[in-house]
Amino acid sequence: MSAASPVLSVRDLSKTFGAIKAVDGVSFDVRPGEILGLIGPNGSGKSTLFNCILGQLKPDTGHVEVNGRDVSGRRACDLNKLGVGRTFQQLSVFPQMTVLDNIIVAGQEHRGTMLGRLFGAPDAGLAGEADRMIDFFRLTHLRDQMAGSLSYGQQKLVDAAMAFMAGPSLVLLDEPAGGVNLTMLAGLKERLSTYNREHGTTFVVIEHNMEFVMSLCSRIIVLAEGRVIAEGGPEEIRSNQTVIDAYLGG
Amino acid sequence: MRAYLKPALLLVGLAALIVAPLGQGNYVIYLLSSWLIFSIAAMGLNLTLGYAGQISLAQASFMAIGAYSTAILTLAGWPWVVGMLLGVVLCLVVGLLLGFPALRVKGHFLAFVTLAFNSLVFLVSRNEEWLTGGIYGLSGMPRPSVLGFAMTKNLPFYYFTLFVFVVFCGLFYGIVRSPWGRAFKALRENPIRAESLGIDTRRLTLMAFAIGSACGGLAGALVTPLVQYIDPTSFALGHSLRILLMVVVGGAGYFFGPILGAAVVILMPEFLRFTEGYYLMIYAVLVIVLMIYCPSGLIGLGRKLRDLVRRKPVDRGDLKAGAQL
Repeated sequence: MSAASPVLSVRDLSKTFGAIKAVDGVSFDVRPGEILGLIGPNGSGKSTLFNCILGQLKPDTGHVEVNGRDVSGRRACDLNKLGVGRTFQQLSVFPQMTVLDNIIVAGQEHRGTMLGRLFGAPDAGLAGEADRMIDFFRLTHLRDQMAGSLSYGQQKLVDAAMAFMAGPSLVLLDEPAGGVNLTMLAGLKERLSTYNREHGTTFVVIEHNMEFVMSLCSRIIVLAEGRVIAEGGPEEIRSNQTVIDAYLGG
Repeated sequence: MRAYLKPALLLVGLAALIVAPLGQGNYVIYLLSSWLIFSIAAMGLNLTLGYAGQISLAQASFMAIGAYSTAILTLAGWPWVVGMLLGVVLCLVVGLLLGFPALRVKGHFLAFVTLAFNSLVFLVSRNEEWLTGGIYGLSGMPRPSVLGFAMTKNLPFYYFTLFVFVVFCGLFYGIVRSPWGRAFKALRENPIRAESLGIDTRRLTLMAFAIGSACGGLAGALVTPLVQYIDPTSFALGHSLRILLMVVVGGAGYFFGPILGAAVVILMPEFLRFTEGYYLMIYAVLVIVLMIYCPSGLIGLGRKLRDLVRRKPVDRGDLKAGAQL
């Protein structure tokens, strides 16, 4: 695989729920190290597209490649092993586990075999790495607290940190800014940019917060009624009449 | 100082278990043995239900499989350990198979699947007279010998049970403290998220059923030499509900929860006997009150009381440090 080969390649993906075509023949590529934004009005099929890519839903047609490997129909746990991390639209931490345990559990499946983990160290040898990740997301003071006792924004940060723990080459973030206050949001954006710069990790971000998307992403794809209606840089998208019409219902 | 507190408490607990039967009559020793054995069964269910979040109403049926395997083999002249191992392996395999429905159905529906399995085992043990003795059961099973020393009397058999219990607790602690334990909790709290983190939730669900069931098999293998008579009613649905009660009353998802729960279910009625005809009513009311005011069981109640005393401040980062990010 050459350096320019896409990390993620989606081809002609479709998904129907009854009479509703949630995703309709979507195709796009994501290049290594890129931060791609995926935007669109509510019900445009963004999350369905994510779930089809990530093995949570089975697409009706089309296929998905990660690092040149066809992963269509693969389970979410297999995709994670292939270097794909994700966050969810809703809070998805494990509330009755400490922040440290949340971070460790996010990386432990990449350590040894299943049987080996039964007899291995309780922290799977990840305590140091988990501490560094907690530090990176500036959650150190919350390390030993139950994740469920944290504020919404803090849980969002834990959720994001979990997605990075296994050292993925591709991370799909589903509305990372949703419900996060402005100060925390600026910090989250800065952390994601830093991670992308330092590790070269590729991101695909679904987000409604236009300011967040426009300042974080280098390229944006706009979905409406399950189809790609526009693609380009932030400025290009901002001034695209089709996009403006889709958002205003024109 | 605090680092020594837990091992010290464990040693005190173990010492109490060693001296508890001394000077007691056969009935008290039988009750204590029974408590240890049911603790093992309840800890197994705790792994399936409390840690991994998979409901099961079939734990007594796994005790039945372990008990009948041990009884049949020891009556045929095999040593207890062979019967026990066969029973545990059989339960591991059957538990694994019972886990498959859990991959498709959840909650109440899964409860009914496991309930049906409990009934199936009950019917097999009642109807297959050639194997299980039918309604007359099996009797006269010998107690095990260790290094040529027979456990025929109740006190040595209690210490034998205690030894098995301690070894079992060590192994069980190893499992729940390992990355598997963390993965079981992740499966319980958010299976979709767990799967997205690379956890093979299907395999883990099957393992939760298999290991939990194997613990039931071990408990059954100990029941056989304790009572030396087993029949189908010893493992009917009511017993599965009793084991479930032990887990819930003690505290599901906590290591010591089922041990405390088994003490409440097995020993507490005996303490209430002085109330004569009212003891079961009082016992039922106590359980109802506990479940209403502390659904996380006795361990949860203890933690609530501890937090009340210590009043640990909760760091609400959204009010201060969290916003610094």
